[in-house]
Amino acid sequence: MEYITPGQPNIGVILCCDCGAQIQPNPTNRCIACIRARNDISEDINKQSTLHFCRACERYLDPPNTWILAPLESKDLLKLCLRKVRGLNKVRLIDAGFAWTEPHSKRIKLKLAVQKEIQEGAVLQQDFIVEFVVIGQMCDDCHRIEAKDYWRALVQVRQKTDHKRTFYYLEQLIMKHRAHVKTLGIKSVHEGLDFFFATEPSAKHLVDFFSSVVPCRWSQSKKLISHDIHSNTYNYKYTYSVELVPVCKDSIVCLPKKLAHQLGGIGQVCVIQRVTHNICLIDPCTAQLAEVSSSVYWRSPFASLCTSRRLKEFVVMETEDADVNYFTGQGQISHKHQVAEVWVQRASELGTDNMIFCRTHLGNLLNPGDTVLGFELSQSNVSDTNIDAMNQDRLPDVVLVRKIYADKATRNRKRRWKLRHLGIDEDASSQNRDYTDFLEDLEEDTQFRTNINIYRDASKQPQDGTESEAGDLPQIGLEEMLEDLHIDSNPTGEGEEMEEGEEMGE
Amino acid sequence: MAVRCQFEGSNDIGVFSKLTNAYCLVGIGATANFYSVFEEQLSETIPVIYSSIAGCRIIGSMVAGNRHGLLVPSTTTDAELQHLRDHLPDKVKLQRVEERLSALGNVVVCNDYVALVHPDIDRETEETIHDILQVEVFRHTVGNNVLVGSYAVLSNQGGLVHPATPTQEQDELSMLLQVPLVAGTVNRGSNALSAGLIVNDWAAFCGFDTTATELNVVESIFKISDTPQTAITTTMRKALIDSLA
Repeated sequence: MEYITPGQPNIGVILCCDCGAQIQPNPTNRCIACIRARNDISEDINKQSTLHFCRACERYLDPPNTWILAPLESKDLLKLCLRKVRGLNKVRLIDAGFAWTEPHSKRIKLKLAVQKEIQEGAVLQQDFIVEFVVIGQMCDDCHRIEAKDYWRALVQVRQKTDHKRTFYYLEQLIMKHRAHVKTLGIKSVHEGLDFFFATEPSAKHLVDFFSSVVPCRWSQSKKLISHDIHSNTYNYKYTYSVELVPVCKDSIVCLPKKLAHQLGGIGQVCVIQRVTHNICLIDPCTAQLAEVSSSVYWRSPFASLCTSRRLKEFVVMETEDADVNYFTGQGQISHKHQVAEVWVQRASELGTDNMIFCRTHLGNLLNPGDTVLGFELSQSNVSDTNIDAMNQDRLPDVVLVRKIYADKATRNRKRRWKLRHLGIDEDASSQNRDYTDFLEDLEEDTQFRTNINIYRDASKQPQDGTESEAGDLPQIGLEEMLEDLHIDSNPTGEGEEMEEGEEMGE
Repeated sequence: MAVRCQFEGSNDIGVFSKLTNAYCLVGIGATANFYSVFEEQLSETIPVIYSSIAGCRIIGSMVAGNRHGLLVPSTTTDAELQHLRDHLPDKVKLQRVEERLSALGNVVVCNDYVALVHPDIDRETEETIHDILQVEVFRHTVGNNVLVGSYAVLSNQGGLVHPATPTQEQDELSMLLQVPLVAGTVNRGSNALSAGLIVNDWAAFCGFDTTATELNVVESIFKISDTPQTAITTTMRKALIDSLA
């Protein structure tokens, strides 16, 4: 006995109810041609649309007001186009892709496949093409740039000093922390820098950055550009004024008596060792250290008696370690420094026997014959309320600030590293004294340079002959330098953005 | 020639009317348009009767009948029964049927000789159909649909069945009913044949949406045509061919 396997029932043939063609029965009982002729499921979908494209920044408008970067035939562009096709919510989207068009034709063609139930049990699928016309429209950002009206917020950084070393330091900090990425522009002005921003929060962000890296104070102001009384909206331009402390490294200051007492009984006449996020003071007579924070400084400010520019050269004649009277309750004493009693002579009066006695914290660096920079208090006309209130007998004749290791030309030649720049001003060269002073500060102070990136200068190869001669100079070790990486293959000149630092010497 | 008509805007004329070779029942509409279509075509030969079943006008779905008799569901009132009795020809038997599947029009399809019925119909009803309508009764389905009355239309000349009926089943049914069958649609692709089409041996009425193609199918299978071809193309043709041969 054999089973008869029930095969597929032989479906009969009917006539299409519209055209009479012989077809297999289906839920509509029509042939495909008649269904297509009667039902256009894409009729509610608009077959033409527009895309707005900003030619300046090559972005597409994503309504209502976002501009996105989308290359041709990319996912992002497809997403944007599909969002522009109206009526897609009434059908089921099966497939979407681009049909090729000439890149410059300002046409983008989208190939869509959609499904829709036209009758109970009958789902129709249809392919069609939606054409987009690319219309040029300048985006808001580019429009403002064109109209030279692009900044909405301004950060003015000012320091009331006679040199720009603090700003060179700030430039390096900004580069290291990439705090400048949102700026529209940076302008160098007298005694400071201006940073322009498109939005107020990014300006505030930079102000917060400054507050965290340098002692400063800031204030905000705003100027009404326009306002709409109906919608109660106001259009302001914001200005932040950031004032850096007017004292710098190697300045000599006279502290108010009360502040000196608070800082652990430090002497009133101090040398500023460095300015990072705090002001670091050292008392040349005792090598006592003190740190003054920004808030403390602005509560009881002190001006500099003498800035680094006005320092004079002295020659050390005789040096001797000094006894220092320490007392309980005193602040931190520096162990890197040695207080010494030295006899110095003005470099201009070398050869005479006009010698000046002073105490200095540079005892471990100084030998007879060395040249130092110092400030002669007794010969200067200083106007400072704090120093006027001091007992004149206790004022030192000379305050020595720093040792001169070699002349500037030698040190420039020996320098095998370099810094990067934002391109704010063009005179960051070896001819610029402020700049070379800043570089020397970096070489002499390890703590100062921890916050910034130093790059190896490949153009200056170490030469064996001069190596011994340079042994005495403070230099930056290769292990602290970064390799400067240039990606030159990018022809658009965007390489600057691509540069990355790479640690060397591991 | 098959006639297109509408019952108060509806194309489902088969729901509202019943046509046999001996009488025509028409549901009571708000206007006489529908009735007048039938009267114009049929009144010379058979009575066209206004009627209702249990107060409803969906008589086409509720009754089953042929030229020998008429079966009405148990819900029919005495007055309606009396009205039908008064107007039907005397030789037509009228019978009320106690059947759970009371929409007799949907569960029974018949011509004057044979009937297909819903597989679940009562044995007693089956006997009643056999006695009153004087037909052979077969329990069957049409294209896997049990509502044979809805998905098949039958006359003594031919029959139209549900479009999804397999050819094999069509052949089976054709053997059973001894008439040619074809799968087709009415009302522009509708499967509900008995709702869109009523026929007897010389007239056919279909819904307003029925296309020319569908009308062609109906006219050819039920052999309804205006041209007096009947004699020469059907009965005489064979004889002619025979004599010529």
